[in-house]
Amino acid sequence: MDISVFGIQSTTLAVTAVLTGVLLVAGALIVAWLVGPRSYTEMKGEPYECGIPTRGESMAQFHVGYYLFAILFLMFDVETVFLFPWAAICRALGTGALAAVGTFLVILGLGLAYAWKKGALRWK
Amino acid sequence: MFDLSTVTNWTHEQLLSVMPQWLTTTVECILVALFLLLAYSVLAMIYIMYERWVCGWIQCRRGPIRVGPWGSLQIFADVFKILSKEIITLWHTDRFLFFLAPFLVVIASVMTFACLPWGKGFQIIDFNVGAFFIIAVSSVGVLGILLAGWSSNSKYTLIGAMRSGAQMISYELSVGLSMLTMVCLAGTMSITGIVEAQQDGWLLFRGHLPALIAFIIYIIAANAENNRGPFDLPEAEHELTAGYHTEYSGIHYGLFYLAEYLNLFIVSGIAALLFLGGWMPLHIPGWDGFNTVMDYIPSTLWFLGKTFFMTFIFIWIRWSFPRVRIDQMLALEWRYLMPIGLVNLVVMALMVTKDWVF
Repeated sequence: MDISVFGIQSTTLAVTAVLTGVLLVAGALIVAWLVGPRSYTEMKGEPYECGIPTRGESMAQFHVGYYLFAILFLMFDVETVFLFPWAAICRALGTGALAAVGTFLVILGLGLAYAWKKGALRWK
Repeated sequence: MFDLSTVTNWTHEQLLSVMPQWLTTTVECILVALFLLLAYSVLAMIYIMYERWVCGWIQCRRGPIRVGPWGSLQIFADVFKILSKEIITLWHTDRFLFFLAPFLVVIASVMTFACLPWGKGFQIIDFNVGAFFIIAVSSVGVLGILLAGWSSNSKYTLIGAMRSGAQMISYELSVGLSMLTMVCLAGTMSITGIVEAQQDGWLLFRGHLPALIAFIIYIIAANAENNRGPFDLPEAEHELTAGYHTEYSGIHYGLFYLAEYLNLFIVSGIAALLFLGGWMPLHIPGWDGFNTVMDYIPSTLWFLGKTFFMTFIFIWIRWSFPRVRIDQMLALEWRYLMPIGLVNLVVMALMVTKDWVF
């Protein structure tokens, strides 16, 4: 099943796709570097932001809220990974597996409910 | 129905008769890479024009009309302009990450692009875990966006990237869950398998209500994952200039733009694949005459037609709804779409195990 177009392994083709992407970006940058004008002024190296000179360090700390959502994401994303193999053959596995997965989802749902109750889902 | 694998197999044998195995594979990989490059750039150009025309039409404007017939050459002018601009590098950026970011974004979209089923026997990457592979590689793009925002050393890009990251990872869950629901119905993760499962009826029609709910969730979540439509707050112009790619100039910026439009094609293509049958023609069981007529339309046309139709819906949504706030956006995902998606998955699994789907 992993054999694809021209009878090549899909892994080889995936590597080809990566190289294509690299080639596209590198090619575009090289063309722009060859064609484009170059000039030097001191102000050009400043960050643009909104046009006003920037103040202080910009690689700064950011809102902790993003971090909370990242953790929640991790939980549910791993859950999706676990569910994929089951979903592909759930017709054959039948009701027993469905009950097991249902229990798993209920436990996860309780986790989500807890996070909700704690106010982790509210943007502050 | 026209099957491209006869052409590719014939080419393979012809090549094999004149050169050794490894050289054949190399030549074929180069052919594939050329196709990808060409399709990627041409589709991006078509999509940019498509969006501009549709948006002009929706807003009762005329859109681009000056360059070429109906403005169709406008995009070439834009490409030449953006290619001939200077690439500015700033003083205090993290140079390595700054240059790495567009690579990651473009590679993620090229990989996902290569997974789409273009037609019968015309699919480049075909893993037996295809649907899963699509989810896996498409999330690499988030990394590129986060790096772009962080390495630019500007507060606007940092905020833009963080918003973008939070939004994309959140909505990725809903995209994943609706894909999971459809995998459950199709009974396979392989892209070819999913398309072939829709021989007698597209999954959207076969899955009754759960499939329809998954479809709606997918449309909303894909819109948000693409940073488009009502969910374009990472690029909210009035507050963040241009979001995570504010500090990029010339073609450097153009590459993000390119990837964004290709991602629009990709999400439309995945919607066509999962819900509207991929390249499979419209078949109605029992209507043999009708089915035969439908089979005469080439499979690639079916796929592109469905994809362009889905894109029209995405563009329509983008130009119709006002932008949401970040708290509304996160609440929509975590309080509504995600629990609904989980319940929907269980309902679908129940229907599949009880054989209630047709």
